[in-house]
Amino acid sequence: MGIFRRMWALGRRSKLDREIDDELREHMRLHVDADVAKGMSPDEAIRRARLRFGNPTVVKERVDAEDAALGFESFLRDARYAVRGFVKSPGFTIVAVLTLALGIGANTAVFQLLDAVRLRSLPISRPQDLTELRIVGGNKGLGVNDGMFANFTIPMWQEVRRHHDPLSGAFAWRTADVMVGKLSELKRVHGLEVSGEFFNVLGIVPWQGRLIEPQDEAACQLNKAVASYSYWKAEMGGQAITPNTTIMVEGRPIQILGVTPPGFFGLTVGDRFDLAYPTCIPPNPRREVFSFSVMGRLKPGWSIERASAYFDALSAGLFESTAPDGYSAETTKMYKSFRLGAYQAGEGVSWLREEYDSSLKLLLVITGLVLLIACANLANLMLARSSARQREMAIRMALGASRGRLLRQLLIGSGLLAMGGAALGVALAQPLSRLMVRSLETTGDAIHLVIVTDWRVLLFAAAVGVLTCMVFGTLPALRGTRVDPLSSLKAGERGVAGSRERFGVQRLLVVTQIAVSLVLLVGALLFVRSYRNLMTLDPGMRESGITIVLLGFESEHVKPESLAAYKRQLVEDVRAAPGVENVAATTMLPLRGGSWSHGVRVGRAEGQSRFTYVSPSYFATMGIPIVSGRGFTAMDTTNAPPVLIVNQMFVRKYFGGGQALGRQVQVMPEPQYPARIYEVVGTIQDTKYNDLRGDPEPMAFVPIDQFPETAQGPGMAMMVAAKDGPGAIAGIRHALAAKHPQMILQFLDFQLGIRDGLVGERMIAMLSGFFGVLAVLLVVIGLYGVLSYFITQRRNEIGIRIALGADRGRVVGLVLRDTAAMLAIGLVLGTGLALFAGRAATTMLFGLKPYDAATLVFSILLLAVIAVLASLLPAFKASRLNPVDALRCE
Amino acid sequence: MGDQAQLLPGTLDLLILRAVSLGPLHGYGILLRIGQISGNALLIEQGALYPGLFRLVRQGLLKANWGTSENNRRAKFYELTAAGRRRLREETDSWNRLATAIGTALAVQPEEI
Repeated sequence: MGIFRRMWALGRRSKLDREIDDELREHMRLHVDADVAKGMSPDEAIRRARLRFGNPTVVKERVDAEDAALGFESFLRDARYAVRGFVKSPGFTIVAVLTLALGIGANTAVFQLLDAVRLRSLPISRPQDLTELRIVGGNKGLGVNDGMFANFTIPMWQEVRRHHDPLSGAFAWRTADVMVGKLSELKRVHGLEVSGEFFNVLGIVPWQGRLIEPQDEAACQLNKAVASYSYWKAEMGGQAITPNTTIMVEGRPIQILGVTPPGFFGLTVGDRFDLAYPTCIPPNPRREVFSFSVMGRLKPGWSIERASAYFDALSAGLFESTAPDGYSAETTKMYKSFRLGAYQAGEGVSWLREEYDSSLKLLLVITGLVLLIACANLANLMLARSSARQREMAIRMALGASRGRLLRQLLIGSGLLAMGGAALGVALAQPLSRLMVRSLETTGDAIHLVIVTDWRVLLFAAAVGVLTCMVFGTLPALRGTRVDPLSSLKAGERGVAGSRERFGVQRLLVVTQIAVSLVLLVGALLFVRSYRNLMTLDPGMRESGITIVLLGFESEHVKPESLAAYKRQLVEDVRAAPGVENVAATTMLPLRGGSWSHGVRVGRAEGQSRFTYVSPSYFATMGIPIVSGRGFTAMDTTNAPPVLIVNQMFVRKYFGGGQALGRQVQVMPEPQYPARIYEVVGTIQDTKYNDLRGDPEPMAFVPIDQFPETAQGPGMAMMVAAKDGPGAIAGIRHALAAKHPQMILQFLDFQLGIRDGLVGERMIAMLSGFFGVLAVLLVVIGLYGVLSYFITQRRNEIGIRIALGADRGRVVGLVLRDTAAMLAIGLVLGTGLALFAGRAATTMLFGLKPYDAATLVFSILLLAVIAVLASLLPAFKASRLNPVDALRCE
Repeated sequence: MGDQAQLLPGTLDLLILRAVSLGPLHGYGILLRIGQISGNALLIEQGALYPGLFRLVRQGLLKANWGTSENNRRAKFYELTAAGRRRLREETDSWNRLATAIGTALAVQPEEI
C-alpha cells in the first residue's frame, strides 16, 4: 500500500488533516476488501476503488473548503501559512510593514492631536452638561477684550449669577498669569481666576485640603489660592497642605488652601493652570472690560436650545442694565442689542483648537495621501509577488481549491501585514504627535496636552488599517486568483504569463503614485515658500535687536495725576542704562496679536482706526521713517493741542489719498477716553500691525503724554533698541533696582515673539516638506520595483531583441519610453489635482497664489528628473542582458 | 450503474442523516446503506460524501467516534445527535411536502385547470 502512503503524504500534517487522511484511507480499504471478497483480484480492486473514489486530494480540498467555510481553526491555519510566507521573504515583509507603519503612524499621530484638542471631553464628571454662555456673534470688538475666551464683563456675570434657571450652577473664570516669588526673582506661572462656584459646579474633589468656595471671594487683595497637582508636586515638593502652607506671590505670602486632583488641568485644552485664585468684584466694576468666560451645568430636562431661548429672553434686560457709559449713542444701541446664547462646552475651550484646527485637518489630508501612495506601492509589490506565485495558485486551483478559498488566504496575508503596520503605527504615533506638539511650542508658552491612545485613536488606526488592507490587498488577491490553470501552467515561470492587462493595473498604480506625489510636492513647496515669505517679510519696522520691557509698579502707589510724569522719568531711567541705544514707551506691542482701536470721524466719513500712544522716540527706536510732516516732540503734552501721526492706509481711507497734514480727526468717546479732536502733523509708511499676515489697516499714533489721565494705570511697556539684548536687560535691571525696588520687570525679545507667531506655518512647512520628500521616495521605490519586475517578465522579448541586433540605447529607450508614458499621464493628472487642492489651501498661503506657476513647473521637473533617474538603473540592467542566458531559461 | 438518478442539490445531507439514523455507520457503510435503502437507484458521488459528513459534524448534527469495523479495521463511526434527529424530521417533512406538491403539479391534466 506504499502508493497510498505516498499519495496521502502530499497533504499537510496537521491533526485534522491526518484524521481526514486516515478516514479516507480506511474508506478505500473497506472498498477494496469488499470487492476482493466478491472475488476480484486485489490489483483490480484497488484500481476500481480509485476510479470510484476519484482524486483523494480533490476530496481533501473539498473537505478543506467545508472546513474553511465553517471554522476559526482554518483561519489560524491560513494566518500561520501567511506568516510562513512572510518569514521566507523577510525583505518584502519588513518593507511592507515599515511603509504601512509610517503611513498609519503619521495618520494616527495627526488624528491623535485632533482627538486631543477637539474631540475629547474635559476630565470632569458628566462633561456633556457643561454649557458656556456667549454673546451670539461676539461683541464686535466693543470695549476692552481680555483674551480669546473673555465674553463677559463683571456686571454681565453678576446678572447671570442671579438668573440662570436652565443651569444647576454657574461660574465665571478667566486665565490670568501670576508672578510668583520674591520681587527680585519673579516667575510667571499660569493662573486661573475663578468665581467661588467654579470647583463645586465642575465637581472637582480636592486632592489635599479644600478648594475655593464662595466665601473666599471677599477680598480683592490676592491672599489665597489653590495649587494644581503638577505645580504642587514640582514647585511645592508635594508637602502635605496645612493651614500654614504659603507661597510668595509678587513678594507677598499667600495661603494655599488645597490641591486639585492630578487629571484636572483647567478648562483650556492645551494649557495647564498652576494656581487658581478667587475672583474679586470691585465696588465699581468697569462695564466695558470683557474678561470672563461664564459656564454652568445644564439642569436635567433642559436642552441647549431651551437654555438658549431662556438666555435670549433674558438678554434685553441684562444688556440694558449693564450698558457702559461714555459711548456714543450708536455704540450703546449696539451693546443693548446683544443677545446671549448657550453653547455646548464639554470639550472645554482651546486656543490650540481655534488656531490649528484647519492645519491639523490639512495634515490629515496630507498624511492620508502619503498612505495612499504607500498602499499603491504595496499593492504593486503584492501583485509582483502574486504573479511569482501564479504557478502555485494554478496547481491548487487545478486540484479543486475554490477561488474564494485562495482569495481568503491571500486576504488574510495582507490583513496580517496591515495589522502589523497598524500596531507599529500606533506605537509610532505617540512620539510623532508629541514631536508635533513640541514644534508648536513657543518661547513663552509650553503646550500641555494629554496625548493618550484612547479608544477613538485605536478605532481610527484599526479603521485605517482595514482600509489600507482593502486598498493594497484586494486587488492583488483578485488578480492573483483569477488564473486560468491551464494556460498558466503551460506558460511556465515567466514569458508571456504577464498579460498586457496585468501590466495595465501596475502601470495605473504607478501613475496614481506619480499624480498624488505631485500634489504633495506642490503642496510642500507652496507651504515652505509661504513660510519663507513670512520669515523674510519686512513688517515696516525694525525687528532684530529690540527688547520689550514690561514694568509693573502697583506697589509704588503713585498718585494717578503724577503717573504721566512718573512714566516719563522711567523712560529716561531706562535710556540711561548701559547698552540701551534708544527707548520708547508704547501702549501697544506690535506684531504680538493684541489690538487697540477707537472710532474716528473725518468730515462725514466714519470708521475705526488702530490707535497707539507712543513717546517721541518711538519711530526712531523702531526704525519707522516719518514720510511727511513731523514726529512727536517733548512739547506735545497734555496742555498742547492734540496731534496725530497716521499711516498711508489712514490717509487713503479718510483723506482720499490727498493732503493729510493739518487735517482734523475726531475720535469717538469711550469710557475713560473722552471725545477729542486731533490734528494730523505727520504721516508714516504702512507697517504691519498685530500680525505679519494682516493687510494694512488705518493706524494712528498719539503722543503718550496726551494719553487720557483717566485711563492711566500702574504699568507700562517700552521698546528698547539694543544690539546686545541680554546686556541691556542686565543694565536695565540694575539701573531700576536701586531706584525702584518694588518694580516688577519682565523682558521679551521682539523678534522671537514674532517668530513664535509663525510656529503653525513652521509646522505645516516642515511636515508637508517631510511628507513631500517621503512621497517622492516612495515613488522612486515603486517605479524602480515595477520596472525591474516588467523587465524580468519581458526577459525573453528583450533577449530576442538584443539577439536580433538591438543595441543598448534601444533597450534603454524601451524602458524609458515606459517611464515617460506613465510619467506623462501621472503628471497631467497630478497637475489637475494640485490645482484643485491648491484652491482649498488658499487661505493658508501667504504671499502666494495657489496656482503658482513657478512652483508647479519646478515640482513637475523635479518629479520627472527623479522618475527618469529611478528608471535608469533597471534600464541599464536590461540593456546588459545576455541574450543567450535569457533565452536558455525558457 | 446504468439507471441511477443524479442527486438533487441539498439532498445528500438528508440521505446521510437518514442512513445514519438507522444505526451508527462509517463512511463506506453510509454509502452502502444509502444504496441499500434507495434500492441502488441513487448515485452518490463518493468524493462528495466526506465534505458532507464533515459539514454535518461541524453543524452538530452528527457526532463521530473512532471504532472498529466489522472486519477489524479502524474506522470513524457517525451517529445522529439530538439536533440531527430533529433536523432529519424537519427535512423529511419539508421534502415530503415538496415531493407531494411537485408530484401533484406534474399529475395535473389539462382539463383540470
